[in-house]
Amino acid sequence: MTPPTRPLFCATPAPFRLAGVALSLLAEGALWWAAERTLIVADLHLEKGSSFARRGMLLPPYDTGATLARLAALAVRLEPARIIALGDSFHDRRGAERLAAADRETLVGLTAAAEWIWIAGNHDPEPPEGVGGWATSELAIGPLHVRHEPRAGALPGEIAGHLHPAARVAARGRSLRRRCFAADPHRLVLPAFGAYAGGLNVLDPAFSTLFRGRAFHAWVCGAETVHPVAAARLLAG
Amino acid sequence: MTAQPQPAAADRLLPGRFLDWFARRGWAPRPHQIAMLEKAADGRSVLLIAPTGAGKTLAGFLPSLVALAERPPADTRRGPHTLYISPLKALAVDIARNLETPAREMALPIAIETRTGDTPAHKRQRQREKPPDILLTTPEQLALLLSLPDADRFFGDLDTVIFDELHALVTTKRGDLLALGLARLRRLRPHLRTVGLSATVSEPDDLRLWLVGQTAGAPAALADLVTAPAGAKPEITVLDSVNRVPWAGHTTVYATDEIYAAIKAAKMTLVFVNTRSQAERTFAELWRVNEDALPIALHHGSLEVGQRRRVEAAMAAGTLRAVVATSTLDLGIDWGDVDLVIHVGAPKGASRLAQRIGRANHRLDEPSRALLVPSNRFEAMECRAALEASAAGVQDTERPLPGALDVLAQHVLGMACAAPFDAVALHDEIVSAAPYRALDWETFERVVDFVATGGYALRAYERYAKIRRGADGLWRITHPRIAQQYRLNVGTIVEAPHVKVRLASRRGGGPLRPSARVLGEVEEYFVETLSPGDTFLFAGTVLRFEGMRDNDALATRTADEQPKVPAYAGGKFPLSTHLAAGVRAMLADPDKWSALPEQVADWLRLQGEVSVLPGGDELLVETFPRGNRFYMVAYSFEGRLAHQTLGMLLTRRLERARLSPIGFVANDYALAVWALGDLGAAFAAGRPAIGALFDADMLGDDLEAWMAESYLLKRSFRTCAIISGLVERRHPGEEKTGRQMTVSTDLVYDVLRSHEPDHILLRATWADAARGLLDIRRLSDMLSRIEGRIVHQRLDRISPLAVPAMLEIGKEAVAGADPDLMLREEADDLIREAMGEAPA
Repeated sequence: MTPPTRPLFCATPAPFRLAGVALSLLAEGALWWAAERTLIVADLHLEKGSSFARRGMLLPPYDTGATLARLAALAVRLEPARIIALGDSFHDRRGAERLAAADRETLVGLTAAAEWIWIAGNHDPEPPEGVGGWATSELAIGPLHVRHEPRAGALPGEIAGHLHPAARVAARGRSLRRRCFAADPHRLVLPAFGAYAGGLNVLDPAFSTLFRGRAFHAWVCGAETVHPVAAARLLAG
Repeated sequence: MTAQPQPAAADRLLPGRFLDWFARRGWAPRPHQIAMLEKAADGRSVLLIAPTGAGKTLAGFLPSLVALAERPPADTRRGPHTLYISPLKALAVDIARNLETPAREMALPIAIETRTGDTPAHKRQRQREKPPDILLTTPEQLALLLSLPDADRFFGDLDTVIFDELHALVTTKRGDLLALGLARLRRLRPHLRTVGLSATVSEPDDLRLWLVGQTAGAPAALADLVTAPAGAKPEITVLDSVNRVPWAGHTTVYATDEIYAAIKAAKMTLVFVNTRSQAERTFAELWRVNEDALPIALHHGSLEVGQRRRVEAAMAAGTLRAVVATSTLDLGIDWGDVDLVIHVGAPKGASRLAQRIGRANHRLDEPSRALLVPSNRFEAMECRAALEASAAGVQDTERPLPGALDVLAQHVLGMACAAPFDAVALHDEIVSAAPYRALDWETFERVVDFVATGGYALRAYERYAKIRRGADGLWRITHPRIAQQYRLNVGTIVEAPHVKVRLASRRGGGPLRPSARVLGEVEEYFVETLSPGDTFLFAGTVLRFEGMRDNDALATRTADEQPKVPAYAGGKFPLSTHLAAGVRAMLADPDKWSALPEQVADWLRLQGEVSVLPGGDELLVETFPRGNRFYMVAYSFEGRLAHQTLGMLLTRRLERARLSPIGFVANDYALAVWALGDLGAAFAAGRPAIGALFDADMLGDDLEAWMAESYLLKRSFRTCAIISGLVERRHPGEEKTGRQMTVSTDLVYDVLRSHEPDHILLRATWADAARGLLDIRRLSDMLSRIEGRIVHQRLDRISPLAVPAMLEIGKEAVAGADPDLMLREEADDLIREAMGEAPA
């Protein structure tokens, strides 16, 4: 007898509408804009492991490889025409220099296969050199504005990262913390995509200036799909 | 081995002023004190087992006091002669105070000082320059001292090391670190003498082995043993309540009046409980009935330190009538004239009970008095078993396990901080420590590699190495900063992340205003289960959780009397194997039931009529339908941790047998599993046979597969990552708390497991979880014990014995539920509730 398995590679995206544009929230923690064949990922924090290693914490040096492998798998599946890395793509300014040869190869392959855009983040204000792609601090595509750090009072249609949203959901006497998208009909904050990028609870005050009165949903990343949960039902911590 | 009193021995071994001092006090040296002097004269290391109140501490120190009193003065600086290591800071301070009395009264020229984490930096610096003759300290401070470049000079005059409460140390990672430190001390001082002190130990040889250096390939070396005669047997009674003993749960509300009456009749009572929430509950209940306004206080580890110190001072001053306490008051220190110990809830272990009862009446010739108050019917049996074990003098302390590898990694770095090391010599030194005597060279090499560069197959961090081997073949730290980092993070005590509970107020419906008042700390995971508005008991009052702010949990006082969140976190200590066997034997033998409260005996008789009672070495498994579900209850008595592991593994098997298990609950006595499939019918038809379901092979692949996913393993990994130095608690110049750790060890775990599953730190994590949170050894012992002895009883409805476990369903977290299913249910529920509100 074989154990009941769940399909591994056909995670169901959750449809989501922002400023009238139809988008898909992927359980992998990425955003897919099918009409534009555009894939958006936030906060890769590549080379975070080696950044810590420099300070004496010898974290496993596999985070960059793991993050890029997940991204590459998405690219193979979706065949995007454009990939936007929403800032904090490298954990520090020297990150790109420390890329291992194999990881550099993967990254260069990704930036060559589609139009690749580096949005500047606070960890990486300058674009990485020698790995392809072009850089900008912000981008407007149709009615949507793409930037690293969300702005209080931004026009409707903002897509941002930076905050690493995570949500804690309780049921059946225990709780579960997962990465999530934080969203209301006007704004979407993406979860961090990087393997070592932690999460900040969406109930943290950092979110309350963006989403007034907790009138927003956490779209929680599960194994198969993304589950919307109203902020009022979430737990702290 | 018991010491024979030698009338002339005291005169021969004790100098005149000691004999005079004893005489002035009206004492005679006790035989075990004399025996300790004789062992010292022969240069022998020794384990002293003596009951509380037998003058154990003096016996341990007497040889050192005599040697120091007789030592000719030196004109050069001398290092400490005697080192005393205790598991508690407070105990070290207390012992120092107790030693100063004889030293002063005999005018001995002996400097006695303590050194703990609380000792100010200038005093520590001074101690290094001008060491005391007797230094009382903790395992962490010893590790720190040994990592200093002048460790060999500092310990150059060391003669004796005394380990207090040794049984409590050896089963922990602190004990592992201490054993490694002792191995280093022995290398610095080959003729070092060790003294172990303990009141309760099940296997003295484990401790005797620990105390002396081991040699590879040679038979185990043991320290000598001195045993003091036991004191008067304690008078223990189990409360036979006039009220109904609850079927299940962990409260003793039913017995509050009786507990109060006992307190009232005694002079000073210690009320021991197993968990913090029980302490809060019992304290609140006692004050509810406290008509005479007796001074009754509360003491547990989560309370603010100042408040705890005030309670301790009041106890010592004799101004309290009772203190409700958790294990924070288990060890060592004399707080006052306690004449009664009440144990609320079952004691979980015979030695644990003995230790706690020892807190009452520190005089050998008078019996201590104790009252056991079971909180449910199984506990009534357990209390009875504990009472019998106590009468028989049984000890059931845990046995030490092989040394942990994360601790070894910390030690290796510490040794590199002290001086460049040769790997072969360091390995030889380490395997002389009992917990590491079986450490093979290859594992040791991997640990050194881990300390150096992380030990990854992908050798990415050579340039960031912490230690490096030089051309001379010696390993040394690459930068002085590494030593600084090591010293900031030394030690093996890793607290679960805590948050402060801060009192807040809201005046006249205004905004919430945090106050400066911190009531104490609770585990982060507890706060995570709270929603704003939930009420819970803390620091003796009902509080309303308002939310998190700046890493503090804000709470307001509320008039509610009943907290909504019961917050029973299971006790840390599972039922001991010995008491479990006692309970099983009691169940199997109706002749023994007369010793139980009548209502408990009735309950067992009813069980015998409706179902069966299992024989002493049998496992009873009952199945019955209820509602639209099918239940299975296994009465295995192996403790909550082992049962939880068993529950996880059984549900995996039942899932494969397509019986659709939904969840399970585990307590110390039994495991209940429920499913959509008819479990009873399936077992009867052999699909699967009950024997196959409980087959020990579940500890193979199933366990591996489940453990890899388990959050329990992530918890263990966090501990190992911190102890081994992979992540830091504190970085020079920054103070980090557990909450603010800049990288999530859960994420690191996921990455490491998928890329290098056989990494040395994952091995350490596995060993840690197996010995701690999963209790695999015990589960494995049980599975082999019950093989071929499983009694499956198919019932139409729930049996009396099953009721306690069934009552816990719904109260306890349901383990084993699929997290994604849980998420979906939560989401669906919401979508139904707020249709159209969700932006979809």
